[in-house]
Amino acid sequence: MAANPRAFERNRLATFGWLALAAYVVYACSRLDFTWARFMTGLDNGARFIGRMLPPNIAQPDTLLKGLTESLEIAVLASFLGILVSLPIGLIAARNLMPPWASWPARAIIALCRSFHPVIVAILFVKAVGFGALAGILALVVASVGFIGKLFAEAIEEISLKQVEAVRATGAPFMSLISYGVLPQVFSRFVGFATYQLDSNLRNSTMVGIVGAGGIGGTLFAAFQRFDYDFVCAILLCIIGMIMVGEVLATWVRGVFLERGKVDEE
Amino acid sequence: MTEGIATALSIRNLDKEYTRGKPVLRAITLAIGATGITAIIGPSGTGKSTLIRCINRLVEPTSGEIVFQGQDLVKLDRRALRLARRQIGMVFQEYNLVERLTVMENLLCGRLGYVAPLKAWLRKYPQGDIDRAFSLLDTVGLAGFANQRADSLSGGQRQRVGIARAIMQEPKLLLADEPTSSLDPKTSVEIMELIGRVCRDSGRGNAIPVIINMHDVELAKRFADRIIGMSDGRIVYDGAPAGLTDAMLKTVYGGEAWLQ
Repeated sequence: MAANPRAFERNRLATFGWLALAAYVVYACSRLDFTWARFMTGLDNGARFIGRMLPPNIAQPDTLLKGLTESLEIAVLASFLGILVSLPIGLIAARNLMPPWASWPARAIIALCRSFHPVIVAILFVKAVGFGALAGILALVVASVGFIGKLFAEAIEEISLKQVEAVRATGAPFMSLISYGVLPQVFSRFVGFATYQLDSNLRNSTMVGIVGAGGIGGTLFAAFQRFDYDFVCAILLCIIGMIMVGEVLATWVRGVFLERGKVDEE
Repeated sequence: MTEGIATALSIRNLDKEYTRGKPVLRAITLAIGATGITAIIGPSGTGKSTLIRCINRLVEPTSGEIVFQGQDLVKLDRRALRLARRQIGMVFQEYNLVERLTVMENLLCGRLGYVAPLKAWLRKYPQGDIDRAFSLLDTVGLAGFANQRADSLSGGQRQRVGIARAIMQEPKLLLADEPTSSLDPKTSVEIMELIGRVCRDSGRGNAIPVIINMHDVELAKRFADRIIGMSDGRIVYDGAPAGLTDAMLKTVYGGEAWLQ
């Protein structure tokens, strides 16, 4: 008997895949005690925790202020150094401008910088150079180079080579070729990446302290361990404030640099 | 054609293959006189653009000789090539302006070969270059546009900037790769007139030769002093515009229905 023509092919492999995923979810839930009852006891605990956080209390204003300024310094320094280092690395990593023997090592450096979470890098630097802000700065420089370097290289790989060709045809030396033919095409995107990374470094700088790499994170972690939840709450609110100020700052920086580039931001 | 007149550029047995065994240019031999407009016509894909780009080595020739100002451009090393390129202005079909730079910055690009990279980056050009740029803007009809960004200009205006940029180099030879193909007929004529004007007087009373790729035969006949017809990587016509008969055009482009 001839089967009815089927408009849609059934994909048995996909069906099997979905079933396997569902089975695994059920298995993982049971293994990790991820159950409704467990959630309800957790909620109960959470309510008590929030109760103890309120009202927020700035128990140690000096420590808080010191931690916040240190975090800010870590973020700004790491962003500045990171941007400075990622500019040449990103440029060298662009495969349309550089020969493979130059671009592959640069791409390897970028890949290495991207392979670990900043916390892991921070732990490594704490072990290497000791506790304190230096380790935090170095960890965030690595994160910045990984992020900006990669996106910058990709931005350069997308530029119009016609403009570069025209500059080359004038007999411009290589550095002028870069500064006139290449950089104007990627500058606004670079500013975008850099301000985004500043934003992200500000967030990360509050966290590297947890592993001893300086900043407000250390204060926060200590407060947690002392069960000073009202102080924890105050610290968290301050971090939120700082991040918001950072966001405003980043927007302002973008505005300053990209005023000339408004047309292409549409 | 050019016997008896000083030769500005002499191409001998120029071959170009992008892939082995598939020549795009076959033994091109050509001498360009010290003045005048030479138009290269021919069907698409016949190597006109490759020929022009081989001259300043934006495309590397496979073999042959290109003698310009007493040296064989094909043999030059990177640095010598860079110095030779300063003497050769180029105008592009799609203008190839640096879109996000101003008109003035684009004009000064023509001086990059003469200004140290750091000074160029800091926009510290000799005052003479800046004065010349302003006067050239006047010449090409864009006075007052100096601080506009290139991407805010129309096609015709962009090509004027492209021509001014090339002339800023004070070139001894001007190459133009389909300079009017992206423009409307009226603007095309204006641009061709402008090219004719600047090559008769490139700013310091010097006439320079121009080599232009064109696909508009009528425009080529109207403005060129000499026409070179290319077909399948070879030169099949070389002579005055008047000699470009229908029979000749048939040889260049093949077919004849389009001539009716």
